Amino acid sequence: MTATGLPRAREIAEAVTDPELPMLTLADLGVLRGVELTGDGTVVVTLTPTYSGCPAMAEMRADVHRGLTAGGFERVRVRTALDPPWTTDWISPRGRHRLAEHGIAPPGTAPARGGPVPLRLEPPRAQVRCPRCGSPRTEELSRFSATACKALRRCTDCAEPFEHVKEI
Amino acid sequence: MSFDNAYEALTEQNDARWAFGTGFDDPLAGVDTALPPGVDAAVLSGYCLALADDALIASQRLAEWVTRAPELEDEVALANIALDLLGQARLLLARAGRTGEAVRDEDELAYFRDAHEFRNVRLVEQPHGDFAETVARLLVLSSWRLALFTRLTSSEDPVLAAIAAKGAKELAYHRDYAAQWVVRLGDGTAESHRRMRAGFDEVRPFLAELFAVGDVERAATAQGVGADPAAALDEVTAVLEQVCSAATVDAPPIAPATEVSGRVGEHTAHLAPLLAELQGVARAHPEGTW
Repeated sequence: MTATGLPRAREIAEAVTDPELPMLTLADLGVLRGVELTGDGTVVVTLTPTYSGCPAMAEMRADVHRGLTAGGFERVRVRTALDPPWTTDWISPRGRHRLAEHGIAPPGTAPARGGPVPLRLEPPRAQVRCPRCGSPRTEELSRFSATACKALRRCTDCAEPFEHVKEI
Repeated sequence: MSFDNAYEALTEQNDARWAFGTGFDDPLAGVDTALPPGVDAAVLSGYCLALADDALIASQRLAEWVTRAPELEDEVALANIALDLLGQARLLLARAGRTGEAVRDEDELAYFRDAHEFRNVRLVEQPHGDFAETVARLLVLSSWRLALFTRLTSSEDPVLAAIAAKGAKELAYHRDYAAQWVVRLGDGTAESHRRMRAGFDEVRPFLAELFAVGDVERAATAQGVGADPAAALDEVTAVLEQVCSAATVDAPPIAPATEVSGRVGEHTAHLAPLLAELQGVARAHPEGTW
């Protein structure tokens, strides 16, 4: 056994990266919700899914499990927490910085929910800055991109297309 | 993850490398699934099954657009929406299977039931016409489901409430996507306007069923776990009118209905062929895992 104890387990779990956004750790993404050590020495890691159908969820659980096992923890359990639902507001400042560094515009503030959700038919106002040139003049090409969590946009100044993590 | 060589990554011992076959086959793994007091297991199970089947069948239909959509961005969008719905279906099937009379896993429920055992509304099993019809149906489906899920966030069942809270965020994006296309096509050229109207005509016969209160809804609403679909009628009507007004097409009128069809297993002839495709591999390899 290379290491035991809660601090080490937390350190390992926090270092696991997202399979689809590998510049972010699960901790940066806000998907890692807790690391605990039970009386019998089992490490219990709690993850929350970003989207109901996110295909990366199984990979994340497997990566956490594998990381901790390789780190010397023999008993590992990965739990799922559905409540409260994940929101892009949980992406850490470091995570947002890392996204922008890699050409993906980070999300703005998630819409507040409660009661009926308003429907907006006008194109959303551009509040998304181009992660390459910094211009605020960008437009949405598609509300869905390579993954459900991203939208596809284009900068009207530098003309580069880029992805944007949508606010949910 | 790292492996010493490529071959090692493919061996049985490293099965966890793959999304399929990780052993994490339960989307509710680690969720507290204890039944709240006062909630009947069969009622909760039946209600979750109905909501799951709506999502599963709608997802399968939307996935048929892959390689068929008008442009790449919309192919990707429809696949993403289908994936969200599939995720909702998995969570709800797992909830239904765990709380029913006999414990059944989500694969058994998805792949080993025949058409008459499915509880989805008939709207979602209809074959696709053109793209306008698809966005008309998606607008109706997502508006209706969003209205229900918003209410279900206060369900007496905490698991269903959590699934609904998560799903509502996704459905809001689905509805926006559909609404944008309805406006673009309806307020577009003479031809796109004609097709958008025709799309709503195709969807219209299946609207009333969405708001009918059958035994499943009645029992679930009485126990505080379900949402009364009739109570969502005004909200959905307002959304359809808002979008259709901007799209210069007539909003489809929704006549109140008392009879349910899909919810009691009475389906149109279109469901069986859809299931044949959905279930073919699982039934050919009943011992397979993925």
